[in-house]
Order: sequence, then C-alpha cells, then structure tokens
Amino acid sequence: MKSIGSTLTSQLADATTSESSLKNFLFGLSPVDQVGANARAAMLSTRSIKTTAKAAGIDLAISMIDLTTLEGMDTASKVRTLCAKGRHPDISDRTIPTVAAICVYGDMAKIAKEALAGSNVKVAAVATAFPSGRASLKVKILDTQEAVQNGADEIDMVIDRGAFLSGQYGKVFDEIQQIKIACGDAHLKVILETGELKTYDNVKRASWLSMLAGADFIKTSTGKVQPAATLPVTLVMLQTIRDFEKITNHKIGMKPAGGIRTTKDALKYLVLVKETLSDEWLTPDLFRLGASSLLNDLLMQRKKLQSGHYHSLDYVSMD
Amino acid sequence: MNDSLDVKRTAKLYINGAFPRSESGRTFVVNDQNNKFLANVSKASRKDARDAVVAARSAFNKWSDASAYNRGQVIYRIAEILQGRSPQFIAELESAGVKKAAPHVLEAIDKIVWYAGFSDKISMVVGSANPVAGKFFNFSIPEPTGVVAVCVSNEPSLVNLVSQISAAIVSGNTVVVVVPENSSLIAVSLAEVLATSDVPAGVVNILTGDSAELAPWLASHLDVNAMDLSGISDKNLKTELEASAATNLKRILRTFPDGLSAIKTYVEIKTVWHPQGF
Repeated sequence: MKSIGSTLTSQLADATTSESSLKNFLFGLSPVDQVGANARAAMLSTRSIKTTAKAAGIDLAISMIDLTTLEGMDTASKVRTLCAKGRHPDISDRTIPTVAAICVYGDMAKIAKEALAGSNVKVAAVATAFPSGRASLKVKILDTQEAVQNGADEIDMVIDRGAFLSGQYGKVFDEIQQIKIACGDAHLKVILETGELKTYDNVKRASWLSMLAGADFIKTSTGKVQPAATLPVTLVMLQTIRDFEKITNHKIGMKPAGGIRTTKDALKYLVLVKETLSDEWLTPDLFRLGASSLLNDLLMQRKKLQSGHYHSLDYVSMD
Repeated sequence: MNDSLDVKRTAKLYINGAFPRSESGRTFVVNDQNNKFLANVSKASRKDARDAVVAARSAFNKWSDASAYNRGQVIYRIAEILQGRSPQFIAELESAGVKKAAPHVLEAIDKIVWYAGFSDKISMVVGSANPVAGKFFNFSIPEPTGVVAVCVSNEPSLVNLVSQISAAIVSGNTVVVVVPENSSLIAVSLAEVLATSDVPAGVVNILTGDSAELAPWLASHLDVNAMDLSGISDKNLKTELEASAATNLKRILRTFPDGLSAIKTYVEIKTVWHPQGF
C-alpha cells in the first residue's frame, strides 16, 4: 500500500500506511444507526416541493443527470441518439439545461465524445470489468486507459466486492489507487454497489476507503443489482462525505444511480443533499443522478408546470 | 335475534385493481330516497384522477395485446359475477329511486354479454380488405385508441354504466370512469364485481366524486385519448371540456350511442400495405 499522506491530515494518513492500520481505521468508525438512517431519510422525503421551487428543482435535476445506457445491445446510433438528447433534452424548448454527462461503456466513449463535441456535456465511461469487477488488476487498468484514450472525461469504476466482503481492504484500496493513476486527468467515480454490501456499516466503510484511496465521486450502484440506489444508503454516504470534508477540507461528489425514475424521487435526493451537506453540493460538479428514464419524467413534469395540464410520454422522445 | 355488529361499508375508489381512499381524504355522504344515511363515499381529487390515468396507461399494452377472444371471455365473466350479485344491485338501485330495478339489472347483464360477444367481431365489421391498384394486400384494421375517460350521468343507471365501460374496453382500451354522487354506490359495487372477475388491474378505474372538478383535468390530460361526455348535463361545462379535449384531438362522445357506433368511436383504423409476390 502506498501512503497518500501528503494530501491528508496526519490522522487519516496513518490509516493508509498499512493494511492493518486501514482495517483498524475502518472498524474504528462509529457504527451507523440503521433505524435512525431509515427514519431520517423517510422524514426528509415527506417534504412537499411546489411551484417555483419545483421548477428550479426540476431544472437542477436535469443538469445533474448522467444520462445512461449500459446494455449489451447498445449500438453507435443508440449512443448518438442519447447524446443528442443530452445536449437538447427537449428540442421544442432551448431554455432547458443540458444534462451533466452521457454514461456509456468504454468502447462507446469515442462515439459519445464525437457526438458531444462543442457542448459542455461530459463523457462518462464505466470501466474495470463493469458491472462485476471480476478481472485482474492488469485488465482493469487497461480497460480504464482505453476508455480515457477514447475520450472519457470521467471514469465510473466498480470496487471488487468479493475482496471487500472477505476483508481484503488493502486490495480494494490499491485497486482504486491504481485506477486513479490510470485515469490521469479524468475524474474517478467509485461504484460501491451498495446492494451487495448488505449493511450500512459496510457502506460507510467502503465510502471511507474509496475517498481515502482518491475517489472524486462515490456512487451507489451499477444499476445491475437490486436494490440499487435508496434514500437511506445515499444518506449514509452523504454523511460520510460530510465527515471527510470536515477533516480534510476536501469535497467529494456523490452519485446515486439505479431505480431513480420519477421527478418526485429526484427531488427527494436533492432535499437529502441540501439537508446533509449544503447548497455547495447542489451542483453537477458535486452531485449527479445516474438515470435514463428519469429525464423523460422530468421533462413531462416541466411541461406540466408550464402548461397546467398533465403530459404524456407520446410527446417526449423515446430512448 | 342478530347480536353481531353491523359492518358498515366504506365505499372507496377503484384504481389499478385496488380500493384506495381518496388521496385528499375527502368523502361525501350518500342518502337514500327518504334521506336515510347509506354510506360515506370517497370524493376523488385531481391527484386521484392523475393516478388513475397512470394506472390505465400502464394496463393498456397488456389489455390491448390480449386476443380479442380472450377479452370477450373476460368481459363475459363480468356478467357472470354481476348476475350472482344482482340482489345487491337491485336493492341499491331501488334505494337510489330507480323503478323496476330487477329488469334493469337483467338488462345491464344482457348489455355486457352483447358487448363481450362483439369483441372478436369488431375487426370483421369495422375492418376491411381493400382492392388497390398494384401488387399489394391492403388491409384496414381497427386498433384501440388508448385511455378513455368516461363521464357517467348523475341519474343512476347500471345499464348506462356497464355499456359505457364495455364499449371502451371491448376493443382493448382502458378506462377512467368519473361517477357523480347519485350514481356512486352502484359504481363502487360494480368495482367490486370487476375486482373479482378476471379484468386485469388498471383496465377499469373508477373515481367517485364531482364531475365538474375531475373532468377538466382529464379533458386537458395529454395521456387521455378519448372522452365520453354523455354524462355531463351542464352545457357550459361540456363546451369547456370539448375545447380542452381538442388540445390533443381526443375522440369525443357527446351522447352515448350504445352499440357498434360507440365501439367504433374508440378505435383508430390502421391500413397496412403488404407486398404480394409476382
């Protein structure tokens, strides 16, 4: 393990000097109150957001979307279509913000990069044997480098959940560090796949581990495992980000992904961010929503607010 | 002597195969002819109407993809269950002031059976094989319009209620029915019949409440494709509803014609050109 003490305070730097000190650190964290986390997430999700606040929330949510297609059946034209939609979510209304990024498999990054040329929309590519993460470090590094060469501005990596669950924290830590190096200038999002981590304590440990190893963003899920993003899991991760910032003064981003389909859901996440961190995190630089069908629902709600009548999927583009 | 407690019935809405209370928590009281209390009935709100349309839309694909024969069987099943519960309907119609309630219920059952029988005949009657100049088979086939909003009259009539619903669902549409106060109890009972027959959840959704409050939301709703306004008696309201229904060119019924012409209102004709060989 390589210590990254230069960027961290001494307390945290000590944690990364060896595998055993990392383990001691992770198990020295205060446990998560599961009932409390669930209750707080449920309480915050009852907040009612209407009219102008809702309109602002919808536009903010659109600007935070990582519009995603991660299917085996993805084609170049599907990716181009998605990019066109990301640049102009609604062609009849140019006041709509663009989405934050288009999220694709690494081999599609080049096509996405070309299709997004001249816009502010970033290309995010999943790498490191997504979604399982079951490959050697060598393959994962190559996978990452290729995606970066193909033009990816952001890399979404998965952690090795098998190693994490069997206690090989050093291995997980090293992998993230190595991938961070392979990323170069590209931003690194680390996917914890919380649906496989089973407990909130594990989520908290994996969040800390990822941030210590150099993640720019931590992300809940691949979208391929149920449950994907949930409000309480996101809350736990946001609280960890808050704790990390307190000690290091370093702001880590958050990306819930998977299962966020409605405007109501998206607004709940925004409330969670505002209440747990602050308005500073309510920007696409520090908060993203990994989604695909969510965008259409946001567009329909936006039109409902403007026109006063309910909308239909018949009038938005299909993905 | 019967010592057991009287179990009061709570008349609720019927949305997506479930019986929720109104999201708004509102109810209204239904009394019989002699002003004797009958029931508290849920008073649907705009949001209940919104949820009902979502339910109807999500039920549409499966219901319209079912074979016509299968839809016919399901609708026939409604008549079967309704027949078994006819005493309840007779009592409810009588308490709402309908004379000759027993033959009325029999007629309603006949109507359902009539519509059920038409299910696998619509495409033969409405569709056609067209002679064209060129090597093509040319067919015109009726397809369901989509989600239909049905406004029921405040004059309680089981015959009209089942006919208005059946005419829409027989060709594969799904419906949201708005039922005003006087008709509400038989509609809620019909919902209980639908829930225990084989009609898939969301195909029929029933909202009891104020038509003047609910119908405008459905008329302007872009995900509603057709509207039966025959139950709206207020002329000004009817004109307003027609105007907002025009935003997405909804099919409109001003009066309910009953029978084949009602069925035809809710289908779109698709014409297919199929190349022949040499």
